[in-house]
Amino acid sequence: MNYYIRRFAQAIVTFVVGMFITFALYRLVPGGPVEAIIADRVQQMQQRGQPVDTQEVAQMAEQLTGINPDTPIPIAFYEWLRDIILYQDFGESILFQDPVFDILFRGMPWSIFLSVYGLLLGFTATIAVGVFMAWHEGTKIDSGLTVFVLVMRSIPYYVAAIVMLSVLAFQWGLFPTGGRAPPAATPGFNIEYMVGIARHATLPILSNFIVGFAGGAIGMRALSVRVIGEDYLRSARLRGLGTNRILTRYLTRNSILPIYTGFMLGIAGMFSSNVITEVIFQYHGVGWFMLEAAVSQDYPLVMAAFVFFSGITVTAIMIADFTYGLIDPRAGTGASRESF
Amino acid sequence: MSEKEPRSDGGVTQESIFGTDDDTERRRTPPAERARRAFDFYIATPFRVAWSDWRTRIGGVGVLFYLLMGTLGVWLVPPPQINEGPYYLQPFVDWSMPLGTDNLGRGVFKTLVHSTPAMMKMALAGIVFSVGVAVLVGMIAGYKGGVVDTVLMTIADVFITLPGLPLIIVLAAIFSPKDPFIVGTIIAIDQWPGLARMLRSQVLSLRDEDFVEAARSIGLSTPTIVGQELVPKVAPFVLVSAAGAAVAVIFQSVALYFIGVLPFNSFNWGVMMQLAYEQGNAISAPGRAGHWMLFPLLAISGVSFSLILFSQGLDRVFNPRLLARHSETIPEDEQDGAGDL
Repeated sequence: MNYYIRRFAQAIVTFVVGMFITFALYRLVPGGPVEAIIADRVQQMQQRGQPVDTQEVAQMAEQLTGINPDTPIPIAFYEWLRDIILYQDFGESILFQDPVFDILFRGMPWSIFLSVYGLLLGFTATIAVGVFMAWHEGTKIDSGLTVFVLVMRSIPYYVAAIVMLSVLAFQWGLFPTGGRAPPAATPGFNIEYMVGIARHATLPILSNFIVGFAGGAIGMRALSVRVIGEDYLRSARLRGLGTNRILTRYLTRNSILPIYTGFMLGIAGMFSSNVITEVIFQYHGVGWFMLEAAVSQDYPLVMAAFVFFSGITVTAIMIADFTYGLIDPRAGTGASRESF
Repeated sequence: MSEKEPRSDGGVTQESIFGTDDDTERRRTPPAERARRAFDFYIATPFRVAWSDWRTRIGGVGVLFYLLMGTLGVWLVPPPQINEGPYYLQPFVDWSMPLGTDNLGRGVFKTLVHSTPAMMKMALAGIVFSVGVAVLVGMIAGYKGGVVDTVLMTIADVFITLPGLPLIIVLAAIFSPKDPFIVGTIIAIDQWPGLARMLRSQVLSLRDEDFVEAARSIGLSTPTIVGQELVPKVAPFVLVSAAGAAVAVIFQSVALYFIGVLPFNSFNWGVMMQLAYEQGNAISAPGRAGHWMLFPLLAISGVSFSLILFSQGLDRVFNPRLLARHSETIPEDEQDGAGDL
């Protein structure tokens, strides 16, 4: 139990330190959010010919960003964190003029939807292809698949996304060209809306699928080849067990652990790369909002989106550490494992 | 008496400890021979092993092609000019503009070639930064152990758990870096911690080996032991990961330029794609500007394919047993022993 508490504490420390680094960077860099907003307002006022009241402008900027440039960074960070924890107040978006939390909360389900499906598909394909290659080790099937997987791996996911979008959506019109749902359909449990969502999500999910697919398959192949050489696998074959049973129960089960770790890390990676996918497909999830915010210097929104991504990453890695033992009992729990 | 002749005493006294025997003098390897052996061991043999594997052969030729494109190509191909051809010329139509032109009449081929140095600089900065920090942190943490280890690994853990791409986007938005070296370094922030952890675990198993203990007992300093005893042992792994770091930096930088987070400064494949997307509508109307986006896409996929193949095959090059078998200067009967390195 002690281990779990320690690991949990470590996750929280990591999370807070990560937030602090980003927060401090924003404050330390000249031309940061507050100065940008002040400069922007002063220019606006000058254009309108209004008298410029620096004091007032600075106050306005402070209200908008929730940052007072005179507060020392650690105290400002504490206040920012306190507002989030006690009042769920992330501040207000400069770009959308809405509370940041509301904006992100609208985007979250969509991002999670894309990532979970992309990851489940990618993970299944990784294992299946890897085990299949190992089973046919040294044959034409194996080397053919190796080449295929290597080619897949060297194509960046956004390249795949761009090509699919251009050909499948724009040229052949099989899928919508962007957005997350058909604009005409009424949201809710009706066939038109649900089919629309699925069609809008197909291409982003497919390009997410490519992110995690190829590298893992090669790794899975290597792990499975090692297991195939073990005695218990040979004896299982001699006992006359069916190929399917050997493949699933003996081979996959025994070689899956490192891939499982990769799977949990992949959750984090997938949410990260979602930023690019969502931009390409104009899919308004958290990643899309984050990029809009970063480009237009909407700092409260950027920070809040970063909280979301950090939270997912820290949690995923922590869960991976906790559940090793469930996937493969030989690994034991983290408490008994030597830390390397 | 000749050396090869069998002797009843087993030949133990052949070599005099004090070196008074003029035989010893004669048997010292002449410099030319030593140079030949060094060349054979460090250059020719690895090359032969590399060439025997199709992955390294294709990957190596690919990498070499890109290197030539970034050095010789830039020198041979004149830089692209506005209005040097008609707008949106399709590829393979006019052979003075082999890959067509963009919206301002610049040759796509010329832009592609002149983008290579920026990509190479970025990849180089990424490799130097990520591998450098990883070697420093991983080796010292593994070798020193104790508090140093705990502190360094906690730092690495914090960076591992930070979300990679969002962090880079945030940093890029703050700094708006224009210099390719700085762009490469920022992107590599995501790369070093994993590598440092892997290096640390390798050093952990090496630190108890005899030769390290011997070095320690004769009082060599920590930097000497790490630099001269440990680094050569993990060098193959480091080289293979360097190729991986290069691929990652190229992937991500192009993505960031494409979505428009990084400011444009010089020619760059990502910049080309962004312009083709924004100004040429290359995705929705590929018939007109598709080639403008397609060729940078092919260039990225090509460079990553070469690097991935090359690093896959490189694993074999560092296998000492294979090296010995392919060597010309290591005698047959010593070749098995060479595997114990």
